[in-house]
Parts: sequence; structure tokens; C-alpha cells
Amino acid sequence: MDFDANLFTQVLIIGITYGAMIALIALGYTLVYGIIELINFAHGEVFMMGAFFTMQIVAWAGITSDSSGAAILAMLLVALVLAMAFSGILNLVIDRVAYRRLRNAPRLAPLIAAIGVSFILQNLAIYWLGSNPVTPPSLIPLEFRSFNILTQWFGLETPLRIRLLDLFVVGATLPILLGLSWFVFRTRTGAAMRATAQDREAAALMGIDVNRAIGVAFLLGGALAGAAGMIAVYYLNSGRFQMGFQYGLYAFTAAVLGGIGNLTGAVLGGFVIGIVWAMSDGFMKELVGGWGAQWTPSVIFGLLVLVMIFRPSGLLGEQTPDKV
Amino acid sequence: MATTFPIGETMRERREQREGQRRFLVAVLVVVVVALSPFVDSALGINRLGSWIPIFVFLLLAMGLNIVVGYAGLLDLGYVAFFVIGAYSCAFLTSPSSIFVRNGLVPEFLQGFWPAMAVSWAVAAVFGVLLGIPVLRLRGDYLAIVTLGFGEIVPDFFVNAAGLTGGPNGIGQIARPPSIPLPGDRAITFATGDQRNWFWLILVVGIFSLFLISRLHGSRIGRAWEAIREDEIAATSMGVDLVKTKLWAFALGASFSGFAGSIYAGYITVVYPDQFQFSVSVIILAMVILGGLGNIYGVIVGGVIIQSFDRILAEELNRPLHWLGDRLNLPVLQEHDLQSDRFLIFGLALVLMMLLRPAGLFPNRRRDAELEPESDDIATAEDQQLYDVRRENKPALGERA
Repeated sequence: MDFDANLFTQVLIIGITYGAMIALIALGYTLVYGIIELINFAHGEVFMMGAFFTMQIVAWAGITSDSSGAAILAMLLVALVLAMAFSGILNLVIDRVAYRRLRNAPRLAPLIAAIGVSFILQNLAIYWLGSNPVTPPSLIPLEFRSFNILTQWFGLETPLRIRLLDLFVVGATLPILLGLSWFVFRTRTGAAMRATAQDREAAALMGIDVNRAIGVAFLLGGALAGAAGMIAVYYLNSGRFQMGFQYGLYAFTAAVLGGIGNLTGAVLGGFVIGIVWAMSDGFMKELVGGWGAQWTPSVIFGLLVLVMIFRPSGLLGEQTPDKV
Repeated sequence: MATTFPIGETMRERREQREGQRRFLVAVLVVVVVALSPFVDSALGINRLGSWIPIFVFLLLAMGLNIVVGYAGLLDLGYVAFFVIGAYSCAFLTSPSSIFVRNGLVPEFLQGFWPAMAVSWAVAAVFGVLLGIPVLRLRGDYLAIVTLGFGEIVPDFFVNAAGLTGGPNGIGQIARPPSIPLPGDRAITFATGDQRNWFWLILVVGIFSLFLISRLHGSRIGRAWEAIREDEIAATSMGVDLVKTKLWAFALGASFSGFAGSIYAGYITVVYPDQFQFSVSVIILAMVILGGLGNIYGVIVGGVIIQSFDRILAEELNRPLHWLGDRLNLPVLQEHDLQSDRFLIFGLALVLMMLLRPAGLFPNRRRDAELEPESDDIATAEDQQLYDVRRENKPALGERA
């Protein structure tokens, strides 16, 4: 097989776009795990609900790809904000109803409850939009999907393609990531969250409202998942009640890879997983005869298993011994 | 004999003995009723045996998962993987369309149902150990995720490796058990129409497994499982071999799943990967948790509740629901299909059980104490049991948290 630099770069670009989406979801796992050591199994479903909610409000608003450019742009922005609010509140409610009473229970109890919540949400999603894949109401004009920035803006002679759509994914993700890091590292609430994550009892003794800090972590994590859901629906141009399971596990892999509980790690892990995803889709066929993109889930789940076994603290995480 | 040895005999022992006899009678009665139920089924024209056979298979799975999750406390979210492995092992060995049989790789004597079942059992156990070895060091929640990943990769493999496994269409023509000749011209056969014989066959297998598992639970290894579940570090210091104990739990738990897989394959005679999704693992987990982690009789009752809803009640209750919808003129009720609520029910079962009765409907007493570590009951429970500690065949101190 000849090395095709163009193809490689193209796949890398796709991988970075996937990665931005995965990073958003992974942050939600890491935020919650960092603060209460719970693998929020239902997080993927919160992402999926964000995606479904986006399709619903776009359909309600009645703005389509035929509307004026300004209306479409406004709609995208409104959909993003509303999906974030919806998923954030959903995640907060889930914590209140299902996990909060289990804070002092053995570690496995809230995990099992989270699996239960994830199944409940999947069933609700089936009631909502059915069990078949759904195409979102058309909002992004077709030109936008095929518009190549490199040739049409910069006039480059290149077979590479960066679409406006890819720019939209990365462009929506970056400000959210910056906003999150500002919130966690520069505000009082963020400091309260970090203190709670370090030592819940000591934080409570210092006068920090621990339950509020945990609630904020769920709210933020949910909002990020909602944003990812909104982006995913229009990037992939389809949604299904099971999408949360698969992408949720991809994102969890990313969070573990980066060191669960570590925000920078989750973003880094997200991009790594996104690139692995795209590379597996793009090159698997040529590397291994007869294999194709259908092996990508196995590749990523295999990576998940390997990381958890051989480096459970991730790339950036610290080694924390089990407490007796 | 305790009755002829008055020194060790106390009121309490006599009471326990009576209790044991009563339980045995109840068990015999239940078995007789269940064994006779096919006659009731056809006499009343219910014709539901076809639903009960898969329910029994799932009960077998739940009993196996109970070893791993209930006894040893290792949360396995990929239990379906061993079910797949068992079912496909059976298919590979016995189906004329399997690649191994076609290339003459399977010796003649292995191509029957019974030898294939034994092999599936062993193959699943080996895979249990293969999964067990790398995850020995992992903590509870990480273990759950690794097993989940494993449980996703295995069915994925069977979908994608189409040359070997027939891909999404799977493998058909799996061998059924050979008929058992009876005196005279009659024989017990296991063809598609012989649902009664299948019912009894699976009942016998189930009772045998139940006996085996409950003996295991009371044995040295069973007590070691409970010890590591309650406190790994304490158990190790008391001399429990962590590696051996965990690997036995994985191997035996997996072997029952493989066992169930081969029976299921023989019953429906075709395996395809779509039957083995993640939801199957969660359904089995819900069965175990509803009944009571670590209490095998509770697991059976919990399993029957979940499975009979899933395979019988949801279907049967649709008619009264639609009737009610007609009466009240509510289109929501008229058109609703209760079978579309499956995930909701399983999810609710998991969440509500964790919130309200984490030890299950029929808790294992010791497990119950473990799940409520903050309550004072533990202290009283321990005081009450101090007496037992002196007795030889009762659990040693190290087994309690």
C-alpha cells in the first residue's frame, strides 16, 4: 500500500471534527467522575436526548434550509443554546432523582442505577421519535455541506477538503471548551467544584455547599452533552435512540484515555479517539484484507479494554491507589 | 446425626432443622407443580410452553451471573459474551453449514448435541478465565466497563467475521438432542413440535444447575467468594487466594452462560448475532438484582417476574389495555403496545431496586448487611451471629465485613 499523504491528511481532518464532538461528551463523564467517582452510564443518553430535542425544536420553529441565511444562523445558535439547557437540566434531574440518595452507598449501586436510567431514557426516546434512524429537519443548506473552504475561500489547488460544516463543528466546540475552562478555573463556583472533587468532607467543613457543587457538575456535563447532541445531529445528519450508547462509550474511552477526572485529558482523549475513529474508518480496509469500517466499534472498544487494564489512570491522570 | 447427639443440640438447631425440612418440601412441591404444568397448559388451551422454554434458559443465565455478581461481587456487564460463545460453539460443532464441519475439522463423535454442549460449557469457561486474568486487579466500576467492552466486541466479531460465522445471518441447522428410546416403540424426541419434552429437558438441566450452584455456594470456594466480595483486603489477610477465587467465579459463571447458550442454540437451531445485544446482559442483571443479589432462590423468582412480563404478560395485557382504551375513548391506550415498554420496565426495575431495596426483593441476609453499611442493624446482626462463630461448619469471622 502506498502512503497517500492527501488521504491521510483528509482523514486527519475528519478525525479532528469527530474528536471535537467526542471531547464535548467526554468532558461530561470526567466532570461527574472527578467529583463523585461515578461512571454516569446514562451520559450517552443525555447526549442522545439533546440530539432529539434539537430535531424537535427545529421542526417546531419551522425554519428550513430555504429560509434566509440570517434566520438559519440564528436558528442554529438558538438550537445550540436550548439543547444545552435541556440536556443540562435533564442531567441535573437525573442526579436528583436517581443518584443523590446513593451518594454513600457502595460504588456499584449508583452505577447500576445509571444503567437503569440509560435504559429508561432510550425507551422514552423510542416513544418520542421511534426506533428507526431519523433524519433531522433540513436546516443546513446543501451548499454549506459541500462548500470547501480551502478552494473556495483561499483559492488553493488541492484535493483536500475542509467544509463549512467541519468549521461549524470545531467553531461551535472551541468557545464552549474555553468557556468551560474559564468557569472551572476562574469562578468561585468552579473553585467550589474543584474543592469538592478533592475532598468532599473537607470542602463541606469549609462552608462549601457540596450538593450544589455536584449539581453544577451534572448541569455543566449535561449542557456539554446537549451541545454535542445538537452538533452531531447536523454533522452526521441522522439520529437514533441507540446513538447515545455507541458515542457515549467512545467518549468514555476518551475520558479514560485522558485520565478520568482530568478536563484537559478528556479533550485530548476526545481528539485521539476521533482520529482513531476516522483512521479506522479510512484505512482498515487497506491494512487488513477484507476488514472495513464496520470494525471501528471493535477497535475503539478494544482500545477501551486495553487502556483500562494497562493504564487505568490514563495518559494524563495520576496514579491513585485504592483506599482501604 | 444431630438427633442422636444431644450435646450439640439446641432449640435453635432443632428449629433450623425443621425449617430445612419445610424448605425441602416446598422445593419438591414447586418442582412437581412446574413439571406438571405442561399438562395444565394444554388442558386449558393456554399454549404458552414456547414462551417458558426461553424463560428457563434466561433463568439459567441469571443463576450463572449470580455467581459472578451476587456471590463474588464482580459486576459483569458483558455476560452476554459467554452466551454468544456457548451458542456459537454448539453451532460450529454440530451445524453442517459451519466452516469447521465442512472442512472436516470436527471429529464425528463431537457432532452430536450432547458432546457439543459439554464442549460449549468448557469453551465458555476458558473464555471466562481469559477475560478474568487481565481484569483481576481492577476495581469494581472499571471491571464493569471492561466486561462491557468485552461483551460488545464478541458479538461484533460474530457479525463482522462473516467468513467464519456466517455474518448477520448466523448459522442454522444446529443439531438437536438425539431421541431417547423408551420400552415399546415409543421414544422421547426433541423435534420442533415436542415442546413438552424440551420443557422437561430444560427443567432437569435447570434443577441440576441449581443443585450444583447451591452446593458450590456452601463450599469452601463459595465462602471465599463471599469473603472477597465483602472485603478483599480482609479476605486476603485471612488466607483467601484472590487470584484463584476470582478466576473460579469468572470460569464457573461463564460456563453456565455457555451451557445456556448451547441449549438455546439446540432449541431454536439457529444462531445469529442480533440475539445477543448489550440489552441481554442488562436484562439478566435486572433479573439478578430484582430477586436479590446472592440469593439464588430470589434470583429465580426475580427472573420469572422480569421474564414473564417480557415474554408473556406484555403481550397478554395488551388486549385488556386496548379494551380499556376503547371504553375510555383514549387513543393513547388503544394504540399502545406494552411490548414497546420493555426497556422502560427493566430500567425502572434497576433504578427503583437500587433506591428502595438495594438487596433485592428476597435479600441474602449477609449481602443485605453489606449494602447498608451505615445502619446499626449490622451490629445487632453480628451480635446474634456471634454464637454461630463457634460452630465448625458455619462461616468464619473473616467472611463478614
